[in-house]
Amino acid sequence: MEKNIILAGVGGQGILSIAFVIDNAALDAGYEFKQAEVHGMAQRGGAVQSNLRYADHEIYSDLIPKGAADMVLSVEPLEVMRYWHFLKPDGWVVSSVTPYVNIPDYPETEQVLNQLATFPHCILVDGGQIAKAAGNLRAQNMVAVGAASSQLDFTEDQLLKYVEVLFKRKGDKIVEVNQRAFRYGRAAGLFFRGLVDAGMEIPDALRLSQKIAPETYDPALAADWVGYAGSDGSALASVMASEETIACDQIPTRT
Amino acid sequence: MSREILLGDEAVGLGAIHSGMSGVYAYPGTPSTEIFEFVEQKTKKAGNVHAFWSTNEKVAYEEALGMSWAGKRALVCMKHVGLNVAADAFMNSAVTGTNGGLVLAVADDPGMHSSQNEQDSRYFAQFALIPCFEPKNQQECYDMMFEAFDMSEELALPVMIRLVTRIAHSRAGVQTKSAREQNVLNPSRDIKKWTLLPSNARVQYDHLTEKQPELLRRSEDSPHNELVLTGRKGIITCGLAENYLRENISNGDYSVLSIRQYPVPAEKIRRLVDHVDELLILEDGYPLVESMIRGLFGLAGVKVMGRMTGEVPRTGELDPDIVRESLGLDPLPSAHNPAEDLANRPPALCKGCPHTDSFRALNEALNLFDNAQVFSDIGCYTLAALPPLEAIHSCVAMGASIGMAAGAAHAGYTPAVAAIGDSTFSHGGITPLLSAVQQGVNLNVLVLDNDTVGMTGTQRSMSTGTTLDQIILGAGIEKEHMRIISPTPKNHDSNVEILREELAHDGPSVIVARRTCLEAIKRA
Repeated sequence: MEKNIILAGVGGQGILSIAFVIDNAALDAGYEFKQAEVHGMAQRGGAVQSNLRYADHEIYSDLIPKGAADMVLSVEPLEVMRYWHFLKPDGWVVSSVTPYVNIPDYPETEQVLNQLATFPHCILVDGGQIAKAAGNLRAQNMVAVGAASSQLDFTEDQLLKYVEVLFKRKGDKIVEVNQRAFRYGRAAGLFFRGLVDAGMEIPDALRLSQKIAPETYDPALAADWVGYAGSDGSALASVMASEETIACDQIPTRT
Repeated sequence: MSREILLGDEAVGLGAIHSGMSGVYAYPGTPSTEIFEFVEQKTKKAGNVHAFWSTNEKVAYEEALGMSWAGKRALVCMKHVGLNVAADAFMNSAVTGTNGGLVLAVADDPGMHSSQNEQDSRYFAQFALIPCFEPKNQQECYDMMFEAFDMSEELALPVMIRLVTRIAHSRAGVQTKSAREQNVLNPSRDIKKWTLLPSNARVQYDHLTEKQPELLRRSEDSPHNELVLTGRKGIITCGLAENYLRENISNGDYSVLSIRQYPVPAEKIRRLVDHVDELLILEDGYPLVESMIRGLFGLAGVKVMGRMTGEVPRTGELDPDIVRESLGLDPLPSAHNPAEDLANRPPALCKGCPHTDSFRALNEALNLFDNAQVFSDIGCYTLAALPPLEAIHSCVAMGASIGMAAGAAHAGYTPAVAAIGDSTFSHGGITPLLSAVQQGVNLNVLVLDNDTVGMTGTQRSMSTGTTLDQIILGAGIEKEHMRIISPTPKNHDSNVEILREELAHDGPSVIVARRTCLEAIKRA
């Protein structure tokens, strides 16, 4: 077993906090790991990445070779594009779809998301919306790692333990918020994949996920939602038209 | 005896603590900063290791040498260009030799992630005739510290440990050992050794050259210089380049020499060269080993390949893909082509940064002149070179802004303006200001006093607030031409006015733009 992950985002989004959680889980599980990161000039509000590798055997390079990454895990959708050529042909894109626009030439978000949707192995979640529901917009990084967690080689508890260690000195409330963000992110990711695996188109799966109230994601209901939406997704139009988010278990009946 | 998650930098720091170090000395500089920070934080409670930032690398080196003179072990850390600043003390410390163990950890920055060049510190070790270790991973960063301190005390020489960014700023699990005792105070009584009058210096220099065969013997016998002879194709890797090789090939078709201890093990290289038809050399830095092997006239009978022949790019950081290509292997298949014309996200000053207000005011004050250029320096404020501010037009060396502005003024350039941060000013700006005052040069120095070393993570600044003001006045700046402004959007107009008044003054003046860094406030 060897897992190579490129963590991506913008300086200040907490990429290194994601690395902390996975590094420690890997150490705890007895794996070898290496994790290269960016400090100094490269960190000031610019694009930030970290190469994280763990395995049950020795790891040589601190950097992931092009074509060897199993996953790009990004807190920001545009940042996926900076590293997607590192992915193996069947590699995973796990990303928040919440854009971080601090440059004048940021492309249309729609365009960026359409490009991410071309990866059959993708998990897209609305980090901003979910973090807000968890109690703090800054917890988007924990949403992202939660969304990716089903593709990692650790139990949910192994990871949550280090979310707690990471935020402990900031108090119980911050720990709770971040653990909640992780859990919502995990459920959102599993629900999204449930929709896609049951046959829903990726853009539709994302749009539907964004309509669901984050605290209610239930992956077990994904197939029912796809059943409701129909093969062409046509029934989703009325759901999308609603102004409010809806609870995951409130699947409308088809008329 | 536990396994800890450590950056390469932190592993160096912990290795030094466990080796019985009594003092750590450094000036912040990426990618070396975390060595000192780790030691400082780790030993704060026990208080048994002296850890206080130094004014610059030369001072740091001299303090470390003083602790060595007193018989205790010292670690001095800096980035590669910092060693240029410390070079005077460094070169001569090889001649004096040491008493307590003295280890110099230098972090090079191939690829210039956060630096103005990618000079290779191994040349400095060779130049000074001292041993150098080049770890390939975080575990070796830790382990080699014990060896480096031992070797320093056995040979009475400073020993270098050379890191590169990818080791310095990469984490891994490190197996640690139990700590050993620090040395007791035992000042050197060997006065001649430390007093490099020419007559003493000649004797000491002979001692240094006489030690060279022993240094070489240690390199030849070192387990860090591993030679495996198999096929007729040979590869030499230095430091972490071995990792990039192993990432790409696992079979034994190649004969490989991995070098991680210097001086270069000549006999091992001879055995490899005699065994192979061609030789690829992989170094993360300058082609040091390659140029030694090639000499002026090449190596008869063996094709030598590397940075000097184009199989490896002449400049930049090594990575597994570059090494893959140099081995003639096809790229791995990938899920996607690289994105074209992707919008860049360059680093920028933080929202609300005082530097932004300082440079907005300076830009406006200077618009009375035609294309006025501003000499600047090294720190967060170097980002003002980029849009939208585009306020500065040079960045060369720590403190160079003031000296260069003075030189330009000598040549008749006006307005000669230097912009420098408070910590960079203490590092290298005081002496050129003193020179400028003595000469009565017509220049204006804008000191951006944000009360911290911002770029490297808000370390303590040596000359900020009243200390800074006293230094400026002490250098001889007239009281009425040392102006203090508060860079805020509200004060913009009055700040422009003050800057214009000083630009109009014929003679040296200093404007201090004083407002605390937002990051520093956040972290306090």
